[in-house]
Amino acid sequence: MSKIGSLGARLHRGEISYDFVGKRKIWYGVSILITITAIVGLAVRGLNMGIDFRGGAVFTTGKTSVSVTQAENYASRAAGHDAVVQKLGNGTLRIQIAGMDTTKSDETKKQLAKDMNVSPESIAADLVGPSWGDEIANKAWQGLGIFMVLVVIYLAIAFEWRMAVAALVALIHDITITTGIYALVGFEVTPGTVIGLLTILGYSLYDTVVVFDSLKEQTKDITKQTRFTYSDIANQSINGTLVRSINTTVVALLPVAGLLFIGGGFLGAGTLNDISLSLFVGLAAGAYSSIFIATPLVADLKEAEPQMKALKKRVLAKRAQAAADEELAEARGGVGAEEPEDATPAVVGPRNQPASRNRGRGRPSGKRR
Amino acid sequence: MAAPKKGRSASAQSKPGRSLALILIAIVGLTGAMFGSGNTTPRLGIDLAGGTSITLQAQNEPGQPNAINKTNMNTAVDIMNRRVNGLGVSEAEVQTQGTSNIIVNIPKGTNSEEARQQVGTTAKLYFRPVIATEVSGGAATATPSPSASSSPSGKATGKPKATSSSSASPSATATSQGRAVTDALKADSTPSATASSSAKASTSPSPSASGSAAASDAAAKLQAQYAALDCTKKTAQNTAGKTAKASDPTVACGKNSQGQWQKYVLGPAAVDGTDVKKAQAVFNTQTAAGWTVTMEFTSKGAKKFADITGQLAKNQSPQNQFAIVLDGNVVSDPYVKEALTGGNAEISGSFNQQEAQSLANMLSYGALPLSFKVATMTTVTAALGGEQLHAGLIAGAIGLALVVLYLLIFYRGLSVVAIPSLMVSAALTYVIMSLLGPTIHFALNLPAVCGAIVAIGITADSFIVFFERIRDEIREGRSLRPAVERAWPRARRTILVSDFVSFLAAAVLFIVTVGKVQGFAFTLGLTTVLDVVVVFLFTKPLMTVLARRKFFAGGHKWSGLDPKGLGAKPPLRRTRRPAGPVAGPVDPKEA
Repeated sequence: MSKIGSLGARLHRGEISYDFVGKRKIWYGVSILITITAIVGLAVRGLNMGIDFRGGAVFTTGKTSVSVTQAENYASRAAGHDAVVQKLGNGTLRIQIAGMDTTKSDETKKQLAKDMNVSPESIAADLVGPSWGDEIANKAWQGLGIFMVLVVIYLAIAFEWRMAVAALVALIHDITITTGIYALVGFEVTPGTVIGLLTILGYSLYDTVVVFDSLKEQTKDITKQTRFTYSDIANQSINGTLVRSINTTVVALLPVAGLLFIGGGFLGAGTLNDISLSLFVGLAAGAYSSIFIATPLVADLKEAEPQMKALKKRVLAKRAQAAADEELAEARGGVGAEEPEDATPAVVGPRNQPASRNRGRGRPSGKRR
Repeated sequence: MAAPKKGRSASAQSKPGRSLALILIAIVGLTGAMFGSGNTTPRLGIDLAGGTSITLQAQNEPGQPNAINKTNMNTAVDIMNRRVNGLGVSEAEVQTQGTSNIIVNIPKGTNSEEARQQVGTTAKLYFRPVIATEVSGGAATATPSPSASSSPSGKATGKPKATSSSSASPSATATSQGRAVTDALKADSTPSATASSSAKASTSPSPSASGSAAASDAAAKLQAQYAALDCTKKTAQNTAGKTAKASDPTVACGKNSQGQWQKYVLGPAAVDGTDVKKAQAVFNTQTAAGWTVTMEFTSKGAKKFADITGQLAKNQSPQNQFAIVLDGNVVSDPYVKEALTGGNAEISGSFNQQEAQSLANMLSYGALPLSFKVATMTTVTAALGGEQLHAGLIAGAIGLALVVLYLLIFYRGLSVVAIPSLMVSAALTYVIMSLLGPTIHFALNLPAVCGAIVAIGITADSFIVFFERIRDEIREGRSLRPAVERAWPRARRTILVSDFVSFLAAAVLFIVTVGKVQGFAFTLGLTTVLDVVVVFLFTKPLMTVLARRKFFAGGHKWSGLDPKGLGAKPPLRRTRRPAGPVAGPVDPKEA
């Protein structure tokens, strides 16, 4: 079996498990730090909106032998940022540059004419409006708003409101980080970027819901036992779905990474960069937040419930009792056959763990499901 | 909610062959349709394949010097955008250029002539009562008596003032204008009957008509115009009545069902295009009228329409007819026998499917506030250079190869299920996108390609969830077949719940938004549905079938389901087990 395969087995048996919930404060801290960086990046650098959003200038050259790539270079040098160049049917070039006013477009026109070795009169300059107009943007916001409300209602019904809140926090976290990094890198925002962000939005929720589904299943009868607190079970649940999370993330990230690093990096496909970057960051953030942010957050919210507080009290009491028994046994000199490092509190683990698993996992499937 | 309530789907479990056959038939059928229709590749967006760029210039109209302003231009952009991009999936781009131009970019493979008509046609629609009509160039040039041009009884009040304007596409009028009949009136009228009515052009005016001095003056002018009008001439067809105000009577041309040009004197508009709530192209099988456009009026429009039809019904032919006038041309002049109160009307004519659809489209989205003339129409190359697409394809292929490799290493024998599942999903996506190109003008742009790649991740997730559940069951010490059947209901619930969220996003965004966001929502919805289809009809049944094989059931080392490799519980449970405390008990913490 491959390494990750046996990792799966060991995670399943609870041999190894990472304490995601217990160390949540670290991860909250990390996330808050990244989010603040992202917000600062957004505030300071701002988003570099492309021609589709803020309009710009369009230059139409006369019939020319200058190639599209050359013209792209000239145009981006003259304007200081990327330009879109298209060859028209009659052999002329159309050059679109974002964010230009009349004075700036005149300068750019002269510069272009000089570079392309033609007279400025042969280049027609015109200001263009945004193709992604206010109507599209407004409707998009409206749609997002309605979707958010519906999804929170759905999650509150299918799961519970705490999970809905946590999923929403994770979603905002992912979107903020993605836009922030986008602002920091300084790529131009195109409609492609927006579509990328929307894809992230869908994926982030999807991933969180998958993790929550397992959490919900495992915590169904939590009040009927006294071995684990909600946080313990939440942690077990994350560890139980960890292999799935890793696999899914790898499978989703590999092609995007291919686009970003191979396509954008080595082969130099400029526009691919902005889409694949937003997807890459967003997918990674989405997978991260489901495990490190959303689930611990649910645990936090749940532990505040009186019921869960009572459970925790019982669990702790029981553990103290077990530890006392243990000490008693040790004092009598009956050191078990277990290896030393497992001896002390961990004994609780081996004895209880499989039994609890049979309860937690075996029970639902033991029904006629 | 989305989670199945109980029981395992017996059919999927006991008859995996049926599901597999079903999806195979679906793939073969769709692929056959794809090759049959000749669209073997998805239509690519303008960023990937280039297309056609149309520059439209707003026309100044006499009497309205300030009509070309920012508000009107932006309204025109929005309307054009909806006309060419009704479902948001066609990837057309519309933007203003300068102060009076609009650029429309349309991806390659779109019928650019049709698109030009769609964006260029003003689409001002009026329902005007017919005062006189005759076949143009026909025998008698009977003129109406002056009093005939006085306001007809059906005159509506409170009409928004608007000027009809010249059509930007003369050829459009030539092809799409036809003699049409309102289906609602069909029972008591035949289109051919009107042709013979030309002789009655001098019938007396409607009793309730009240002429004024000014009206009779205008009437004389109109009469002269009518007499001089020869609708068989192209210039007359393109200019007659084009600039008439809605509140004025006018002359107009139109083609009747025999294909003859007919001329009309029409009263002021009683109902207009803004009163149309929704229009739809339908194929009318009952009356053999072919493609027609049905209209649903707003409540105000429905009342006006009921009023005018009620008035007209009292009149003699031809004054019991009304004309449906689109950009100055009469497309239909049905009879009325009684007031029509249903709030619906139908335009029928010699439309083909596309003409009917684009007319419905135009009526639904309203008339342009300005009229436009096509200044230039030229092809453009892809906005993303060919090398970028190439680089993207190579990179994407490498990424996918890595995914396959990963699945092979990690799932070994199970990749027999995993990789075909991905392939089935990819094939279905490709074929359906190809088929949607010609049907709803679906075009694939670079963001959509990237979205499809992410969708692969989501499809993969569905079977990863399933596989991990199976492995968990095996670790519990079950043999494969029960493990598969026990793992499925739980994996199924997870898949449905999470896909429901994606689908919700897609549905809401598709309904609410316009433009590219709507296009994205469509792609997301499509891939989500396909994900569910593939998992239910392919992955699960295939897994059931394979679970019967010795290679898998026996837990062969390379099957990916080897109990030992997975660390299943040994039969003797209570022997030494490594200590495995979960984190919690070791480290109780504060909440």
